[in-house]
This record gives sequence, C-alpha cells and structure tokens, in this order.
Amino acid sequence: MSQKVLMKGNEAIAEAAIQAGCKAFFGYPITPQNEIPEYMSLHMEKRGGVFVQAESEVSAINMCYGAAATGARVMTSSSSPGMALKQEGISYMSGADLPVLMVNVSRCGPGLGGILPAQGDYFMATRGGGNGDYRTPVYAPAYIQEATDLVFEAFDVAEKYRTPVMILLDGMLGQMMEPVEIKPRPPVQVDKSWVTIGDTANRKPNVVNSLSLLGDVLEQQNFERFKKYEQLERVGVMVENTVKDGDEIAIVAYGVPARIAQNAIEELVGEGIKAGLVRPITLWPFPYDTLANLPASVKHVVVAELSMGQLIEDVRLGVNGKFPVHLVNRCGGMVFEPAEIAEAVRKIIKGGV
Amino acid sequence: MATQKMVFSGFGGQGILVLGEVVATIAMKKGNHVTWMPSYGAEMRGGTANCAVIVSDSLIGSPIVQSNIDILCAMNEPSVTKFLPKLRAGGLIIANTSIIKSDIKAIRNDVDVLPIDASNIAGEIGNLRVANMVMLAGFLKKTGMFTMDDIKEVLQERFAGARSKDLIPLNLKAIERGMA
Amino acid sequence: MANKIIYEKSRGLTDTPLTYCPGCSHGTIHKLVAESLVELDVLERTVAIAPVGCSVLAYNFFNCDGIQAAHGRAPAVATGVKRVQPDKIVFAYQGDGDLASIGTAEIIHAAHRSENFTVIFVNNAIYGMTGGQMAPTTLIDQKTTTSPYGRFEETTGKPLLVSEMMAQIPGATYIERVSVHDHAHILKAKRAVKKAFGYQVAGKGFTMIEVLAACPIGWGVTPVNSMKFVKDEMMPYYPLGVYCDRGGEA
Repeated sequence: MSQKVLMKGNEAIAEAAIQAGCKAFFGYPITPQNEIPEYMSLHMEKRGGVFVQAESEVSAINMCYGAAATGARVMTSSSSPGMALKQEGISYMSGADLPVLMVNVSRCGPGLGGILPAQGDYFMATRGGGNGDYRTPVYAPAYIQEATDLVFEAFDVAEKYRTPVMILLDGMLGQMMEPVEIKPRPPVQVDKSWVTIGDTANRKPNVVNSLSLLGDVLEQQNFERFKKYEQLERVGVMVENTVKDGDEIAIVAYGVPARIAQNAIEELVGEGIKAGLVRPITLWPFPYDTLANLPASVKHVVVAELSMGQLIEDVRLGVNGKFPVHLVNRCGGMVFEPAEIAEAVRKIIKGGV
Repeated sequence: MATQKMVFSGFGGQGILVLGEVVATIAMKKGNHVTWMPSYGAEMRGGTANCAVIVSDSLIGSPIVQSNIDILCAMNEPSVTKFLPKLRAGGLIIANTSIIKSDIKAIRNDVDVLPIDASNIAGEIGNLRVANMVMLAGFLKKTGMFTMDDIKEVLQERFAGARSKDLIPLNLKAIERGMA
Repeated sequence: MANKIIYEKSRGLTDTPLTYCPGCSHGTIHKLVAESLVELDVLERTVAIAPVGCSVLAYNFFNCDGIQAAHGRAPAVATGVKRVQPDKIVFAYQGDGDLASIGTAEIIHAAHRSENFTVIFVNNAIYGMTGGQMAPTTLIDQKTTTSPYGRFEETTGKPLLVSEMMAQIPGATYIERVSVHDHAHILKAKRAVKKAFGYQVAGKGFTMIEVLAACPIGWGVTPVNSMKFVKDEMMPYYPLGVYCDRGGEA
C-alpha cells in the first residue's frame, strides 16, 4: 500500500507550500487557480501563517514584496491575466532581490480569453512582462507529484538566489487529481542579514529598494545580478530526455502536453518510428544544451505546444540550425490528442510539412 | 488490465464527480496509477458535468479521455449523446435508466449495456443524492475492479467524523440496492 | 558656563542631507514623523515604506529600516510587512499622485481591512517629482504642466477630498487633515501624527494623516508665497480637522 493521497493539483501545491514553510500567502480570485487561495484561507492561520485576499493581483504581489522584505517565505498564485497584472511587482522584486514563489495556473488568451488550458504564457513567464533586465526561474511540472516536489525546490532557489520564481502549469494539472505524496525537506539556510524587519536596536537600518539613479552603479548592480542568473544557468537546468542514439524524431513539450506527446511517442514506436521526448522542467534556465547535443541520428525536432509557437523559439535557439524544427500546436483551450501529434510526425517524415 | 479509460457524466448535483473520485481512490489504494480530470469549462451550475478517470498499471501519459472510452457511466441523456459515440467497441456503458430513455442498443449494438434504475432507487431510499452510489454498484457487478470492502474503506475515510453514522449506512444501502 | 542644548535634530532622522527643494514641506513632515517615533520609543522597531515621488528617497532620511515601494503600492507593501510582523511599527509615506491617483485601490482597501499601520499622506496638489503635473488634488484653475490653462472642472473633475472619502470607510480608525504652513499648525500636525502612531502601537487599526504641503518649485512661487497659498487657497477647499476617530471605541 502506498502512502499516497488523491489530490487536486492546486490543493497539492498549496499543501506542499505550507509544508515547505510558507509563512504568508497573498492572492486574488481567478479561475482556474481558486483552489490555491481557498486552501490557504482554510489552513494558513491555524498552521502559523498569514493569508490575505488582496484587492487585486497588483496588490497581492506588492504584499508579497513587503512580506518578503522581512525575510518570510512568501507565495502568491494567479492565472494568466492576473499574472500579467503582477509583472510590475515581479520586476520590482527582481530589482530589490526579493524571493517569492508565484504559481501561474494558466488559461488561454490573449485578453480575458477563456479558462481552458493553454500554454500561451510561455513568453510572459520566461521573458517577463516587467521592465528592465531580469530573469525569472520557471518550473513546469507535468505531474502533480512533480509539482509538489518542485514547490520545495522553487522556494529554495528563490531564497538562495534572492529572486522571484514561478511554477507554471496549465489548468489541466491544477484541476486534475493524481496520487501524491508530499515529501518535505528542510528549507535552505541562507543569509538574512539584509531584511527590513524593524530591528535596528543593534544594527544599522537596512533598505530594500530597486531605485538606482546613477548609471554606473545600476550597471554594476545588474552585472552582479546576472552573475547569479549565470550560476543558475550552470546548475539549475532540469530536463527529462528520453531521446536515444538511433532515434530519428525528438518531440519537445512541457507540462501536461508532454504527457500527451509521450503517448504519441508510444504510438510511433509501436509502428517502428524511433522517437523520444525532451521535456524541459525548467523553462528558464532552458535546457539548450540538451537540444544542442541531440544524437546525430535525429532527423526532425518536433515541438508540441498549446500556443502559437512560443516554446519553439527556445528550441530553435538550442538546436541552432542542426536539425529542422517543426511545430505541432493547438491553442485557445483546444488540446491535441496523442494521435494528432503522431499523425503530424508521420507527415513530417514523409516531407508533407 | 493495462489501462482503463473511464468517463463519468451527468447533471451537476448527481454526484458524478464524486463517483469518479471514489473509483479513482479505490484504484489508487490498490496500487494503480490513476488520474481524475474534471471538465472545468464555463458550465453553468446544475448543467452537465463530467470527469475522466484513467486507471493503469504504468505511468499515465495524457490524463484526457477524448476517444476509446472503456467504461462510460452515464447519468443523463446528454451524456449518452456526447459520449456514447466515443465508447470503444466492446466497451461498457452503465446507464441511469431512470432518466435515460434512449434505446442504447439501437444506437450502438457493439457495446455492453448495464441498465440501472439509479435515480428511482435513490428516491425510494429517500435521498436522490445517493444515485451515484447506486451507479457504483454497476462497477461491482460488471468490472471486478474492486470489492465491497474496498468501497467501505473509502467511504469510511470520506465520511469520517460526525456525519459518518448516517451517511455510511445510507451509501452502502444504495450500493446494495444497485447490486440487486 | 556650560552650554545648554535647547534643540537638536531628532535621532529618528539620519544625517543624510535632505534632497528636497527650498521651501518644500517634506522636511518638516519628516521631522514630525521622526520625533513621534522617538517619543513613542518605537523607532528601533519601525519599518518605513517610501513611495514613488519626491519622497522616494525617504528611506535615506528616516533612521529605521526602509522599503521603497512601487508607485501607489505602499499600502500593499505595508500590509505585507505588518501581517508577518504584527508587533513592528509600519508607516507608508505617500504623496498625492501616489496615494490619490495610481494608488487609490491600495489605500482604500488597506483602510477597508483596517490594517494596523499609519499612512502619512502629503497633499501638495501637484506631481512634484515628475515636474509639476496635475494631480487629482490640484485646485480648480490651478496651472500645472498638464493643465497649462488651469484645471477645468468640466474635463478633470473637482479636486479629490481624500480624507473625507477615507473617513467613510468603516475600517478607517483615525483620519485627520493637518497643515504645516506655520508654527501653530506644525504643532497641531505633530499631535495628530503622534496620535496616529500611538493608535498603531495600541493596535487600533488604520490611521492616516493628510498633511497639506507646499511645493514652491512645482507651483512656481516663492517659499513664503507657497505658505500663503496653502493657507489662502488650499485650506478653504481642504478643511483641516478630524474626519473620523474610532480609536476611543472598544
């Protein structure tokens, strides 16, 4: 008998966050992530934390800014249009070197769009919609178990590198249930001498700030900040890669679509078409090296995404012209079936695409 | 059993999502991989609801069930219209014939039909909300996927606390009536 | 004969030279806040939230921990700090562009939740930092760089009466409007500021002091005339006084 419990993705993420030591949650209602703030409102206070339903996503991320400045483990969640509103705060927190875990249970857009699953937030998550030079580590789980595991990792990375981090999932993973076993681990130990916690009896005042009016100073600050991003690019990449020497097809997909692609691969392999999956788990830092080092047997790289060609840009950067790269996609809340991906691959092999 | 793809469909309020969850929970406890995926579009409250449950002995890829359904548990007429065409040949439909009046065999003569007078039986017991448990009896009868003891264990966990004294016997009665 | 100290700068302020223009009221208001924090013996456990605007650098001047917030968001940032550190003293220092325009949602809902922190709202009827543009608080007929013919009611409405509006919110504990254009009013303003912080220390909920302030550079007048403008033009439209005081209840 397993220790696993059947949990909704959203609730499992919320529970994992509490077990990871999250002390403050600030959110705002938006479908399909509502189970996260609902779970937090039920549990946070009685387990020693703080829950506030903010007046907007803008306020929620700025509450995170304040709470993170005191050194607390802080979290917010939202869905696509709400994440768009948080961009101001993400940029400010990046500029002020503040950690926060943000969960984007994404929906389809642009605009109000709909609440069905899509991956059109890839650019917003990995490039950011906020101003200025910054990067945001982005984790893209495909399984609820993986989502809860990544909560612990994401909090640690946020605190170790003093940066906002995002867990990006589509509404499917948020709404579905799977057996999950939350595996707590102690939080990373980090220096917190910088916090503005109102404790200046025996030290000089601290300042949390992203204002920097002198060009040479700000340039130096940005250089320093990018050193930590470079470090993350070296050690923080996570990817599942099943492409073997001899495979002629590499399908690249993340999140639940990667599971659909996996079924397509099983179908293709059953027909004798050798194929494997590259599943980026971190979207930034992106596993460019995995794509650059695909076996020479690969004839086609096929990108399967629920957006109009966003992931494919990073895939092309990684492949760097070594292999032809093709797009199989749906959007607007429509989700491809395994057979749809498999059929597209057959056509690509025949040269039909 | 390698992989079983199931769809549970009915009106909101018929307990269809809970029924899927109970089946998924039992399957999980027996050591299977499972996924439970609700339709979460902008359905109106009281409108049609459905969920897909996949049970497998290996890691589950896509949690979506769009075709080749192995077992369809239909509690209202729109569920038949929507999902019967997607039931695989040789698949099983458990139909709530209190509400479903379509001649299923006339539409698909290549599938197995288990009619259960679920809503009427639930009404006789005195609580329409246990029609889903009457439907659950269909799984006991037809699939051999689990036993009455498996169901009891899950119900005891679900209804732990003050309400358990009334609710567990009520739900078990519904299942027993469905078996009859 | 030993020298006798009759006045000294509050230790609630750092030695950093203020960056405000000649005649600006911010320096006076900073002093009132700093003195209140010292007199209430809470300076060492205080966190100041600075806005976007002329007082964006306030964290350099207050001798306590400081956080610089995004434009209008200081009440949200203060909420974040105060909720996880309820025993600390938190104040947001905001101008009228910050609080009365871009930050209306944040200030209203901080009061609505009766967050237990203090807001110092500096109303000088103009956007000072960005070069003297029209604010929601700019007076009718007042010329600014974005109301070069004067503010017209027909197209831009009447100046926003923030204290009156905020006092309607059930969660607002204490709202008072004060002025710092002369010595007598500065003393009254000090009492209001200290009372607001006192309420916070006692856990009484949301407090806001609106301070009518001069911006001689933004207004294009001399410092002396700017004080007259506060008295003769602003005070008739923005009456001083206590708009709500629910701190005595319960």
